[in-house]
Amino acid sequence: MISEFIKRNLSTSAIWLFIIFELLFFSIAGHYLSFSDGAFMDLNNMLLLLNQSAPIGIIAVGMTLIMVNGNIDLSVGAVFAIAGIVMLDSMTWPVFAGLGDWVIVVSWTLALLAGALLGALNGLIVWKTGVDAFIVTLGSMLGYRGLVFMFNGENPTSHLNWTLIDFAEAQFLGFNTATWFLAASVLVIWLVTRYTVHGRNAYAIGNNRNAAVNAGIRVGPHMVINFVIIGFLAALSSVVFYSGSGSVNPNDGQLYELWVITAVVLGGTKLAGGSGSVIGTLGGVIAIQLLRKGLGYIGADTSTVNLVIGLILIVVLFIDRQLNVKGAQELRV
Amino acid sequence: MANIASKQVLTVLGKQGILIAFVLFMVIFSLANSNFLSLDNLQSVIRSSAILGVMALGVTFVVISGNLDLSVGSMMSFSTIVVLDLHDKLGPNLAIPTMYLMTLGLGGFIGYLVGYLRLNSLIVTLGMLSAIHGLTLTYSGGQNMDIADKSNTWFGFFGRGEIFGLPVPIILFILLAAFLGVLLAKTPFGRKVYAVGGNPTAAAFSGIPRARTVFTCYLISAFCVATAGLIQASRSMGSQNTVGQGLELEVLAAVILGGASLLGGSGTIFKTVIGILILGFIQNGLLLMGWPFYVQFVITWIIIILAVWLDISVKRGKLWVSN
Repeated sequence: MISEFIKRNLSTSAIWLFIIFELLFFSIAGHYLSFSDGAFMDLNNMLLLLNQSAPIGIIAVGMTLIMVNGNIDLSVGAVFAIAGIVMLDSMTWPVFAGLGDWVIVVSWTLALLAGALLGALNGLIVWKTGVDAFIVTLGSMLGYRGLVFMFNGENPTSHLNWTLIDFAEAQFLGFNTATWFLAASVLVIWLVTRYTVHGRNAYAIGNNRNAAVNAGIRVGPHMVINFVIIGFLAALSSVVFYSGSGSVNPNDGQLYELWVITAVVLGGTKLAGGSGSVIGTLGGVIAIQLLRKGLGYIGADTSTVNLVIGLILIVVLFIDRQLNVKGAQELRV
Repeated sequence: MANIASKQVLTVLGKQGILIAFVLFMVIFSLANSNFLSLDNLQSVIRSSAILGVMALGVTFVVISGNLDLSVGSMMSFSTIVVLDLHDKLGPNLAIPTMYLMTLGLGGFIGYLVGYLRLNSLIVTLGMLSAIHGLTLTYSGGQNMDIADKSNTWFGFFGRGEIFGLPVPIILFILLAAFLGVLLAKTPFGRKVYAVGGNPTAAAFSGIPRARTVFTCYLISAFCVATAGLIQASRSMGSQNTVGQGLELEVLAAVILGGASLLGGSGTIFKTVIGILILGFIQNGLLLMGWPFYVQFVITWIIIILAVWLDISVKRGKLWVSN
């Protein structure tokens, strides 16, 4: 009875237990090892941490929905770069010269539209051709990166707009702009998964595609909607980030897809689809960022971060497998 | 009647589509630029594809067995850095076997996790991508690795040397492709790889040891990665920590282009080689035509999706999915 309860709740709450463990560990270890005077669990430090989690976090929210639906998207890093370039480049277009600071609204809209369109293209190809999402987005990861280079060759795209930078650096109720966008994305997608037909169907399709088809759910349109959402969120993450930095390098966003997937898997979402939650993903994103900051705080080499995250991912998978009832019943070979 | 004929055309296209595309590209590029078919150019394309190609050979085994390997890129960085570092400490005679052993150790670890513990290969190798990258950075201390005395060593043989006018990387690629091609197509082990990837349940009931077969596939992949690292290290005699970064997905693209299914059970070494050559020749052909390098990304994207789409629509019997 109790073991059943633990099994059921461990996968969702494990990531938060892990975060508490990280906080305690780095606070105590930092007390003896750190060269800095400030405490690790300092409020400003935590706020900064949330702010830094935002770019990966916002995309990871969308990836949760995609993976719950049983797909994967490897092209998010390239979409991230394209949206940033569209935003910064469109601000300098002569068409919008008379708009003043309203150009920000137009550029943001254009960038978000570009992201949603690229996502829709992925989704439509996956739906209509029936090619696996892994292959389609592996291809578009390359293809979209090619589009990135078409804007400006190998040169960075830069544009400074002080109103925009002020907006990115602004704080509201103590939280930075990026943190608010992260929180809003988590909330909206959580509501979508929890209270909408689309969210319910996405879980159903990921859990058992054939059963969903037999129940009369149209698989394709739901997939396309999810790809539009992740494209939109990758663009949102990008516009929030580049509003502050003001310069896009054509190689930006590379390997983001791998970081995002790592965060989502750490947060308890199954690759096979059908289970997972946005809240868990938020935990995964925070846990990774905490690990980065914490290891830096206790003076560990930054390279150990990669090593530790990689091994943790494997250990999580191992523990999850041991607890997974379905796994235990599988044919032993 | 017309329907049957079009179906036959579709079947032939689906089976040999990648070869037809290859020939088509060769014809287009050689018409567009007279230098394209020159021996020098062909040789330089194959030489520059050799590193990616050697890695793709190993990944083909892993993919046919129904798994993925995303760690080959950072593993290649690892073996390059290790062999360069050990070259100055132990000398090339000891450095090369030591590097091979260390890389095989990593491959064996992945093989154990995926084969014996039955963990999901995508996540395991994603984790190992990150972990091995960290390992490489820790090993090198974040520094670039260089051979101190570049002129006074025979180590450059693997990347720069020639035998009877043929560059050594090409010879290594051909030898390895021939050996692994025979291993996959003509031996009991090769049939086990197809069986385990094609239908795991049937394979288990036929008494085929899935765990050991998958384990061996990852060892083969690691061996290929070590060879690629050796060629890279020997050619450049010095390297950054991130030399293999991102190659895992390019390699996978070539393997898929060659017609291996990600579900496992299909694909051949010959077709993977064609996949690698297509990528190499597209890159080269576009450069000769004076197009910027990033156009090849877009073209690769289109070709990959078309190739896989054609393949599955032949199996499905129709082009579009309705549901």
